[in-house]
Amino acid sequence: MAQRIRLQIARYRPEQESEATFDEYEVPYTKEMAVLDGLNFVKDRLDGTLAYRWSCRMGICGSCGMTVNGEPKLTCATFLGDYAPGPLRVEPLRNFPVIRDLIVDIGDFMRKLVRVKPWIVRSAEKPIAGGEYLQTPEQLEEYKPFSMCINCMLCYSACPIYGLDPKFIGPAAIALAQRYNLDNRDEGSADRMEVLSEHEGIWGCTFVGECTKVCPKHVDPAGAIQRYKLTAAIDSMKAFFAPRGA
Amino acid sequence: MEQTHTYGDTPYHPRWLRRRVSTYWWLWKPAYLRFILREGSCMFVGWFTVYLLLLLAALLEGPLAYELFLAWSATPAVLIVNVVTLGFVVFHAITFFQAAPQAMVVRLGRARVAPQTVLLGHYAGWVVVSAVVAFFLLGA
Repeated sequence: MAQRIRLQIARYRPEQESEATFDEYEVPYTKEMAVLDGLNFVKDRLDGTLAYRWSCRMGICGSCGMTVNGEPKLTCATFLGDYAPGPLRVEPLRNFPVIRDLIVDIGDFMRKLVRVKPWIVRSAEKPIAGGEYLQTPEQLEEYKPFSMCINCMLCYSACPIYGLDPKFIGPAAIALAQRYNLDNRDEGSADRMEVLSEHEGIWGCTFVGECTKVCPKHVDPAGAIQRYKLTAAIDSMKAFFAPRGA
Repeated sequence: MEQTHTYGDTPYHPRWLRRRVSTYWWLWKPAYLRFILREGSCMFVGWFTVYLLLLLAALLEGPLAYELFLAWSATPAVLIVNVVTLGFVVFHAITFFQAAPQAMVVRLGRARVAPQTVLLGHYAGWVVVSAVVAFFLLGA
């Protein structure tokens, strides 16, 4: 026999209201049911008007990030039983404009992501006859942790700096820039540094560290940003003491 | 009408809900409060620097100035400020050390030194410097 838990779900229906409100629903749950399953129960059985994003149900697509009891979480990897007997509060991700109910606009992040060129940049491609770009396991290990990012934006939601200054390029974009900088096949670090050495780039971060704590894939964006600051500082010292052409 | 209102790089949209971050956001979570205290602790680090400069100035001025400085330092107000400052400076050092392994990737040959070892290295450095200072102070 399934137990029941109360869900308080944030609703925002722009055609009806100018502020978010909460609707309460009671859903049955078993220990393997995630918060996302609870939302699906509401949508399927109780209130078909509830709007939220989800896709894979297994922590890969990064679509179902929401604020669960005040913390940014992937709702597919957060279990109802851990919050029993409730009530459990589900809100949209913080720091993003809300379009409807639990759906936020992610355009800001998508535009910032492109600015850091999250792909392998080469000044000249090798001809196909030249063979593959080889990589040792150690070289792979250098960037692999940063490549685990699923763009779920929980880190942006946890970052008070991004909340206060939305121009800050943010944790995931910097971690993904670092993912390519640390790849031995890449030659784009100077291009990325131009974007990231701006005030709203790495220097906007004051190392609150919450981005790393909430990351469901253990990416450590805070570590990436601090390492980047060190690289930028060393680069500028080198440029000062040994200018090009001197 | 042209819309100039933006949200970061997000264009204005009349029907989207924008929530302002509260001035008291740092009270939302213990981690945010710890962060603000860590940032604020730099003011206390600054005060200890000023205090040290005042001590040096008194020393340079002569024995009388030094005695006056010691008497001023023993007043309850200065004592309280310095005890609070010591607490914040220790907090600053500990949180700085905790952050260090995240920012530093240390390598020995091909292997990466474990973050805990980097942390221990910082504490070891602290102990060594403190021992040297204590040696000069107590030995004198």
